[in-house]
Amino acid sequence: MRSWVFLIVALIVAAAVFAAALLVRTTYGDYLLFAGYVVLQYVVLATAWNILGGYCGYVNFGSAAFFAIGAYTTVALHKLGANPGRYLSDTPFEVLGTLLPLSLPTLILLGGIVSGLVGFGMGYLTLRLRGVFFAIATLAMAVVLQTIVVNWDYVGGSRGAYIIRPDAAEIGPVSLAYIQYLFLAMMLLAVFALWVARTIERSRMGLGLAAIRDDEPAAEASGVPTLRLKLAATALSGALMGMAGAPFPYYVGYVEPANAFGLPYAVNAIAMPMIGGTTTWAGPLVGALVLGSLQQIATVTFRSEASLLIVGVLLVGFVIVAPRGIVGLVENWRRPKKKKLKSPQ
Amino acid sequence: MSLDLLLNAIVAGLLLGGFYAAVTVGISISFGMLDVVNIAHPAFIIVGSYIAYIVNDALGLDPILTAVVVLPAFYLMGQVVYQVFYLSFEKRGEEALRGLAFFFGLLFITEVVLILTFGVDYRYVQAPYIGPTWRIGFVDFPLRMLIPCVVSLLLVTGLQLFLARTFIGRAIMAVAQDQQALRLLSVDPIRIKRIAFGISIATAALAGAFLIIIQPVEPSVGREYIGRVFAICVLGGMGSLPGTVIAAMLLGILESFTATFYGPSWAPAVAFGFLLVTLAVRPAGLLGR
Repeated sequence: MRSWVFLIVALIVAAAVFAAALLVRTTYGDYLLFAGYVVLQYVVLATAWNILGGYCGYVNFGSAAFFAIGAYTTVALHKLGANPGRYLSDTPFEVLGTLLPLSLPTLILLGGIVSGLVGFGMGYLTLRLRGVFFAIATLAMAVVLQTIVVNWDYVGGSRGAYIIRPDAAEIGPVSLAYIQYLFLAMMLLAVFALWVARTIERSRMGLGLAAIRDDEPAAEASGVPTLRLKLAATALSGALMGMAGAPFPYYVGYVEPANAFGLPYAVNAIAMPMIGGTTTWAGPLVGALVLGSLQQIATVTFRSEASLLIVGVLLVGFVIVAPRGIVGLVENWRRPKKKKLKSPQ
Repeated sequence: MSLDLLLNAIVAGLLLGGFYAAVTVGISISFGMLDVVNIAHPAFIIVGSYIAYIVNDALGLDPILTAVVVLPAFYLMGQVVYQVFYLSFEKRGEEALRGLAFFFGLLFITEVVLILTFGVDYRYVQAPYIGPTWRIGFVDFPLRMLIPCVVSLLLVTGLQLFLARTFIGRAIMAVAQDQQALRLLSVDPIRIKRIAFGISIATAALAGAFLIIIQPVEPSVGREYIGRVFAICVLGGMGSLPGTVIAAMLLGILESFTATFYGPSWAPAVAFGFLLVTLAVRPAGLLGR
């Protein structure tokens, strides 16, 4: 399937899901939209993680940090937009005040740019080293950023910040309830992320990343620009995570470091692709849909900690028993006769 | 900046560093020598803290004594974890991506199980040396810090002697350098690695007891230590125990200075910033092998 055909098909599916969500709203209320938003947010996060982790083999433990960068970019700009005169008057940036407040798509774009830049900088510092050091550095980065945010009063510090969600959003002549608008935005973002991932997977860049994953020195020796590809993948993956985080303040209404940097994001971003399957774009999608829905069900029926326990146990179980994830299991089941290729040790 | 404040900050940093050495020594063995990226190590430390808490709460036993008693159990647990890791990942040559995910999963499961059983309340222990402080001149030596520091230095010294003097210890150092050569001496490198990993987890029992003596513990405290232990391990030169102690003392002093002169809310960033700078500037560490 060509790239643009895939995009059109994905958009049609997205439109169908959105229409269905609007239809069931009359019977179920807004709950399905709120739950669906979270699942879609995980589709974006998992797909973004997989661009670096699955295709290139570099583990990012700092997904929550990139997510939070997106969220806090929105908080900072929202606060600026709520009272531009107070922060901008008498500074060279006064003219920018006329642009405020920013619309949600602009905020998503800006959140993506900021976290993409952070990803680039962090990759530039650590990607020359062995992959393990990169993984540890991402853990470290998450804590450094969280400490900075805790100590940054403008965005609320450890107290957190309240964001008042508008009642409705106008898209041209249509007026949508804000949660519908958020759901729609996240839906389009998910389609975009999947399209990006699939395009990379089938491009020269995807081949290069796979070569790095399988044997980095060999890739380097055959002329793959390893550092450049890794940097591009890190920045892109970080940008998508930031974009997933940008609408978050409007979704929850109250952002504090503990929820924006929450462990569930870091864990799910890794667990979902690992459980779904890391080698194709479909893996993170499947993983996020299955695990995301499971967690939503577990959260309403048991406790939210129980839902996280499910993820942890599934993650460990899958990496031991089924290293290729659900997608790998399905492929094995569809082609049981095919002789198994043994990977060289 | 007054002299007594400065001296007190340095002493507090050194004491803290002694404790950090105990926390890191396990990682220096598993990550530095065996190349097993055990990011779940802090979770084992927290388990050690909770065991010390339970026993102290029920029987009033000294936390360090408890840790010594459960040491063999931790050793066996370490062996089991290594065996699973070896069979599932190392043998298949998949340890990079999936091994990391495995340990991350372990870390996470431990934390959630602890939250589900004990809640997120801070827990602490009772012991006669928590509270009193020795004063020499104008320098404070809180016993709560001094005792973990001393026991920790004893532990590291003991381990260093064990590694340098005994056959198994030398075999552990050798497995870090050349597995094949070890096979030629008819030593099973996997068995040696299993023993070494068992020891590394056993140190977590002690480190956990120190941790709950020094500060109240709740399940997610362990995460703050991931950055610290890896920063110290990398700066110490990956698997050098003397290097580990030096790096631990450096970080301790740095954190104590930050807490004294800027405020404790910045302290976590110091450790992790330290790690980022180490990785960016000198990944081989101070006493790199």
